Amino acid sequence: MTKVDKSGVPAGLWSRCEGCGHMLYEKEVADAHFVCPECDHHRRLDARARVRQLADPDSFEEFATDLTPTDPLHFKDRITYKDRLKREQSRTGEVEAVIVGRAFIRGRAVILGVMNPSFIMASMGAVVGEKITRSIERAIEENLPLVLVTASGGARMQEGMISLMQMAKTSAALARLDDSGGLYIVVATDPTTAGVAASFASLGDVIIAEPHAMIGFAGPRVIANTINAELPDEFQTAEFMLEHGFVDRIVHRSDLRREVARIIDYCGK
Amino acid sequence: MNSKPNIAASTSMGVGGLLEFEKPLARIQNDIDEMQREQGETDRDVATDVRQQKTRYKATLKRLYASLTPWETVLVARHPKRPLSTDYLRMIFRDFAELHGDRLFGDDPAMITGFARLRGHKVMFIGHNKGKDVKERIKCNFGCAHPEGYRKALQKMKLAEKYGVPVVCLIDTQGAYPGVGAEERGIGYAIATNLMEMSRLRTPVVCVVIGEGGSGGALGIAVGDRVAMFQNSFYSVISPEGCAAILWKSAEQRKHAAEALRLTASDLLKFNIISEIVPEPLGGAHRDPEAAAANLEKFLNTSLNSLKRMTLTNLIRRRQEKIRHFGNFFDDPASVKQPAKATARAASRASRLGRTLTRTRTRNVTA
Ligand SMILES: [Zn+2]
Repeated sequence: MTKVDKSGVPAGLWSRCEGCGHMLYEKEVADAHFVCPECDHHRRLDARARVRQLADPDSFEEFATDLTPTDPLHFKDRITYKDRLKREQSRTGEVEAVIVGRAFIRGRAVILGVMNPSFIMASMGAVVGEKITRSIERAIEENLPLVLVTASGGARMQEGMISLMQMAKTSAALARLDDSGGLYIVVATDPTTAGVAASFASLGDVIIAEPHAMIGFAGPRVIANTINAELPDEFQTAEFMLEHGFVDRIVHRSDLRREVARIIDYCGK
Repeated sequence: MNSKPNIAASTSMGVGGLLEFEKPLARIQNDIDEMQREQGETDRDVATDVRQQKTRYKATLKRLYASLTPWETVLVARHPKRPLSTDYLRMIFRDFAELHGDRLFGDDPAMITGFARLRGHKVMFIGHNKGKDVKERIKCNFGCAHPEGYRKALQKMKLAEKYGVPVVCLIDTQGAYPGVGAEERGIGYAIATNLMEMSRLRTPVVCVVIGEGGSGGALGIAVGDRVAMFQNSFYSVISPEGCAAILWKSAEQRKHAAEALRLTASDLLKFNIISEIVPEPLGGAHRDPEAAAANLEKFLNTSLNSLKRMTLTNLIRRRQEKIRHFGNFFDDPASVKQPAKATARAASRASRLGRTLTRTRTRNVTA
């Protein structure tokens, strides 16, 4: 059973690149880590695909898998938060918007956390904050480098202030990692914004970003509204952040493993 | 998440500086005014009637404020006459030595910092500044700070830390300023750095939300040993308007959003996100600023007295522990099954770091 879209191309086999509009053979894109061979557009990756791409084969040992979100506010907008969670869980097969574990990257042991932009835009509620915090604490306990691949729309509105407090919780845990001398590498991917950009995603000892990833604090529409003008080209991109001194290196997805390993070796004890 | 700086409160003002929901008071006030006019015109003694109406006024005020809805609380917190950090600075602090420099870019008038005295305490005063009149409000962006404001605050906290001076932060902002310059100068990094550094600042830190606690821009100076809120202030992950626009696709739904977000002081006390509520005089801080200031002074003085008695190691450990358990609302079957292992791990970590950290206690909260 293949669905056929308007252009008459069977879905699943071919897709149109969001960057350049080229029709791409899906298998070819997958083999290239979901980077467009025509224009280098880095497609968003779900967390498992990212782990496969970044970690050594079968090296990822996930922890904190039992943590599940609740609905402390009994939040309801047009649908209930409970239903929204269920829908996202069944759609993605994931319990929440981040996975954390122990892994190897080119033979180097690390604690690896990966956010999942396809789960409520990887917004941060209590579970995401807790799993990030546990990964930081695990890095301290096991004296291993911490690598967090960030992607997030920010704090999760449906958990209200509980979400906002995850910014403080993760940042305070990073103060302890810093005190213990541990290495923390951020890989900022599209989109790393708002509450996550204003907490752990900005606190890496080394901050790497994928090309053209959106990175910023305030929503671009809100800013355009405030200044009542068009936003500059490349605003809130990895390149913009590099130019202004808030990102250390922009690294192509196919070079990420090598680059992360290189930084670990330089900071190794 | 931010919303555009605005003077939303002004649009909700009715006659005589009363808020929409205070309309019943306008009628009583009208009656009183009329009686007093009558008195002047006819010589009829209306003193008893006026006294009666005044009693009615007070009873109505009491009734209205006893059951404020979350949206009404938002309106009170944004009341244009509500005392600002600069008012409290004038009313309860003495000998203010303002310090302007962030050492990096420039002075941000949306954040006021400097040494001051509160009763017997030397303190480092940090506060959002919304501005008293239109001119000042525009100059300080209605209290929406830029990265340099957050960096100035941190620079002064570090100075305070060096000399063992406690830090007092008064929070009152719609959020950090959403602009191009703010992004260019790293607003995310500035707030993140404050969260990290405030969590390990080696001096007591007391924070009070005095009006609006707008998201990351509020949190950027609100990590401390005691975090309190004024009774009619609010603290939210996003403005009710912003939340309504995103989740309901209609800013008209702001009342529903205000309810859903659980942004009032009493809700946040239940969630252990704040440690105390500072009471306000009847009808809100703007009706009696001096009384509000007295309550704030009492809270700050008591907090500083007890925090100063703690050793620094103990102070930081307890602050870190408190932050560690912020918003731990989730299910975790694993930690229930293996409490012994978890405790052992926490103990070993504590001995290594010189800080004790208990493993996450899971709470199934039905608030
Ligand atoms: Zn392309």
